[in-house]
Amino acid sequence: MNFYEVQTRNKWRTIFLIVIFTVILTFLGYMLDFYIFHDKFPYMTIIAIIIGSSQSVLGYFYGDKMVLNSVHARKPDPTQIKEKQLVDTVDEMAIAAGLPTPKVYIMDDPAPNAFATGRDPAHASVCATTGLLKLLSRDELQGVIGHEVTHIRHRDILTMTMVAALAGAIAILAAIARGAMYFGSGGGDDDDNRGGGNIVLFIVFILLAIFVPIITNLLALAVSRSREYAADAGSAELTRNPLALASALRKIAEGPKMKKVNQGVAHLFIADPHKKRLGEKDSLWADIFSTHPPISKRINILEQMAHKYA
Amino acid sequence: MPGYIILGTLIIIIGWIVLAYNNLIKLRIRAENGWSQIDIQLKRRHDLIPNLVNTVKGYAAHEKEVFETITKYRSMAMSANNMEEKGNAEGHLTESLNKLMAVVENYPQLKANQNFLALQEELTTTENKIAFARQFYNDTVMRYNTAMQSFPTNIIANIFNFKQKEFLLFPGDRANVNVSFGGSA
Repeated sequence: MNFYEVQTRNKWRTIFLIVIFTVILTFLGYMLDFYIFHDKFPYMTIIAIIIGSSQSVLGYFYGDKMVLNSVHARKPDPTQIKEKQLVDTVDEMAIAAGLPTPKVYIMDDPAPNAFATGRDPAHASVCATTGLLKLLSRDELQGVIGHEVTHIRHRDILTMTMVAALAGAIAILAAIARGAMYFGSGGGDDDDNRGGGNIVLFIVFILLAIFVPIITNLLALAVSRSREYAADAGSAELTRNPLALASALRKIAEGPKMKKVNQGVAHLFIADPHKKRLGEKDSLWADIFSTHPPISKRINILEQMAHKYA
Repeated sequence: MPGYIILGTLIIIIGWIVLAYNNLIKLRIRAENGWSQIDIQLKRRHDLIPNLVNTVKGYAAHEKEVFETITKYRSMAMSANNMEEKGNAEGHLTESLNKLMAVVENYPQLKANQNFLALQEELTTTENKIAFARQFYNDTVMRYNTAMQSFPTNIIANIFNFKQKEFLLFPGDRANVNVSFGGSA
């Protein structure tokens, strides 16, 4: 698959994601109206639709800023040689890919990791932790940045940023729904207009309120794993040095866990910031429930690629 | 009825001409952008060299030979008139700068100098940018030239007078495609 096809596929994935998100929200709102607020006018449905669409628009235009704020990213200091190296390697990889130079940010965290965000190459940012700069050699850093720039080149960043923005909104609404259900359930029993068929809907509602956050996570995960392999390959294509990325991934795997990274943005990073053990397994279960492919497998693939460029 | 067939065929042909023409234009613009990026980086390297050479001279004055070759190829590169001369001089300049960086390894005092370390990072990134800009430019030129020569796009290229573009080749290209420079962190 060439990268124009990847770009088109990512565009459709983003649209699909927004549609699914809106449907889930509308359904949540409708259920709240139906079971808890017994109004003639569907206030909650309308509120849910408004929240859904405004969150989509906000995510599109400000998703990158929300993500960068949530991880407390700052501008690099060019007098520090390591931070200057980050700025330089981002510039180098952008030239190699023929893209405008993305904005560069730094997270103060000893765990080595990095991510890219933004809606398109003209509005893209790359962010690396101080731990990454400290532990990696220049060539290894270049490999990691090549991976992030490939996410930008493939337009993965839009999908990934939208997931981060929408997952946050769904988590909040699901929490509201659970709360409403808790204090609304007593009144529901006293009502006489609840038909038998509605019990089924009610159970669906309970399941939704509990599982909606999980469903959104799954959506994020399903698209997240395969694109990591693609970004590794893209990095090797840009740097012609897959072994540097392989050794960078090894160092990242051995490094410590990240501190304050919430679940909504975890899938953005080059390696799972929470270092869940599941991610290192290679099974269907791991494929479904883990944001990142196993690092050992990624290293293997990169080492095989090295023969191609040798 | 035959009128519709002729009209349909005409629309398809015109549509194809527009698409093929636009594709050639797109590739040409991309190649030209790639070239201007190379140009920027080569100029930056020319500007960087006097400062770098002076700094290293302060610690390693007797490595005259290396300084002389660098100065020679720098002025050759700056006065090059065509793509081949330019590629030749810039390629040799890359090699001699590589040599300088290898020589520097023997001077630990130099490696402790903050000013030199900043210059070294500047040179490393400029060398990398030249290599990557060249990679991008040459890839694009190859795609552009291939599109121009293959049938039936070559008809469009002839009608609208598209010209082939030259690769920027360095002398070492055949031996080693990837110039790895300054891996030390």
